[in-house]
Amino acid sequence: METGELNPNYYPARRAAAVVQHYLNTRYGSPYRWMFLGNVHNASSEDVTEGRKYQLELTIQEMISNVSGPCSAELLFPGAGTPQVQASCDWLLPNNTRAQEEAFYQQHRDSHNLVSGDRIPDSYGHMEPTMKPFWHLGGVASSFIMLEQSNQSTLYNMAQVANFTQLETEKDQLRFQYHVLLHEMVSQEIIHWKMLITWSPAEGVKVLQTDLQPKCNCEDPPDSIN
Amino acid sequence: MMLCLGSVGLVLLALTVQNGHGAPDSAGWNGKDTTERNYYTRYHNMTEISDWMEKMKRENPDVVSSMVYGQTYEERNITLLKIGLNSTKRKKAIWMDCGIHAREWIAPAFCQYFVKEILQRYKTDTKVKEMMKNLDFYVTPVLNVDGYIYSWLNNSTRLWRKSRSPGPVGCTCYGTDLNRNFYANWGTVGVSTNCCEETYCGSKALSEPEARAVTDMLGKMSGDILAFLTIHSYSQLILVPYGHPNISAPNYNELMEVGLGAVKAIKAVHGMDYTVGTWPDILYPASGSSQDYARLIGIPLSYTFELRDKGEYGFELPEDQIQPTCEEAYAGVQHIITYAHDKAFYSSAATVTTTLWTTVMTAWVFSATLL
Repeated sequence: METGELNPNYYPARRAAAVVQHYLNTRYGSPYRWMFLGNVHNASSEDVTEGRKYQLELTIQEMISNVSGPCSAELLFPGAGTPQVQASCDWLLPNNTRAQEEAFYQQHRDSHNLVSGDRIPDSYGHMEPTMKPFWHLGGVASSFIMLEQSNQSTLYNMAQVANFTQLETEKDQLRFQYHVLLHEMVSQEIIHWKMLITWSPAEGVKVLQTDLQPKCNCEDPPDSIN
Repeated sequence: MMLCLGSVGLVLLALTVQNGHGAPDSAGWNGKDTTERNYYTRYHNMTEISDWMEKMKRENPDVVSSMVYGQTYEERNITLLKIGLNSTKRKKAIWMDCGIHAREWIAPAFCQYFVKEILQRYKTDTKVKEMMKNLDFYVTPVLNVDGYIYSWLNNSTRLWRKSRSPGPVGCTCYGTDLNRNFYANWGTVGVSTNCCEETYCGSKALSEPEARAVTDMLGKMSGDILAFLTIHSYSQLILVPYGHPNISAPNYNELMEVGLGAVKAIKAVHGMDYTVGTWPDILYPASGSSQDYARLIGIPLSYTFELRDKGEYGFELPEDQIQPTCEEAYAGVQHIITYAHDKAFYSSAATVTTTLWTTVMTAWVFSATLL
């Protein structure tokens, strides 16, 4: 593994930067705030006792407001377990999307009209406008899983929200059951996860439970051994 | 200089031509397609694409013909469109295939767009016309026909990648990754030997009829192909050979330089960033790809395009992004094919000298005949 300065366009820097993206979504993401990696400007890495450490300068794009800004990050891939990230993006203020989030929260907080949806986006990349915030929320919640699952040999994106169902609001948190499909680029696998998540403007996104679904080898008879 | 002007000119033309679309279509079109502009901004199933290929032939009989060059596992035709002005001489060729991975729907959409563009442009654009005269374009809109049809079947099949051949004895899963099945360092890196996995390289090299079909065609056309382009999604990359980390293409510098030119041309269209490099540098090591095979048999310019996006929508790219994606990809492809064409027909001193001598000899023979 290359040590020292890394080519910012090469995959080691980009995979590390994607982990920073996932981290930022877990910290700042919401139904109206979803971050994606733009470009990596500088990257370096070295072996340390605990694992492999990366230093990165990158641009992050917030997809809903279409605002981009610089971030610096330090990331540790330990021998095993969740990567540890420290990142500062001074321009990512938690309060920017307050109004939209509040409105969305109030709209769905009352459990009289529980929402659900499936296949977001659909095969043609379409989704109903009312489903968009739930798509963002699924992406942000998936970031918790993608962060935890990431290592130097992976690159994750959420491929689709297979379905989601709103559950009764509890302790002022909106609650949802999500089934998401994650795309892991290096293996090219589609990985199914179910999650129980909560969100409120005050508390942000929290993932209470995650459940890896077995790979559907759909040609198999139901009780075959994989 | 001429190459430079040609590329710029075509990009400018692309930007102006796109505003002129919208002429009503003629009869014989599918009912729901109203204008040509609507057609190329939607995804189409295999039946529609097959019908469209027939229509391209019907409407342009002097420049478009088709060729069935193999059968898929499920015994469907693998068809390409051969596009070029008729010639008595044997012509050089550009190869483009789309849809080797079923779920990458934007790729067949691009092949369709590309065909439509060159058929429109060659009548008025001198550069495109020249290329149509000197070259034949061999375009396969959907290579993995079985996989593509399967991905249209229902909600759970949309993200299918591989072919649809059954697994080896003892494995109940289906499909081989066609882009790991070619005879190019087969089975060495970046593959799975688990037949249930997405990069399963097959029981042996060229176990898949789709890979064999391409291999056989390339064999027949061998010395004639100037550029081999294979279209995928997503990630916004232009990949150069080889997929194996320990092997370098002899013309790596040329591949990178032309690739960088393509990336620049792409960015000029809608500002999108694409990255160029080898697989082990910018993506992951992999073996058995069609691009590697093409380079190994001597095709100098061999590129894999990974189109939009970078993960937001991924394989399910919205239809309203088809047009801009195709426009920028066209600019990138056009940079490469212009370079390939000009290199073959302009830059070689030997070629110029041969042309000169042929002209002199022809004039001498002609004048001799007159006497």
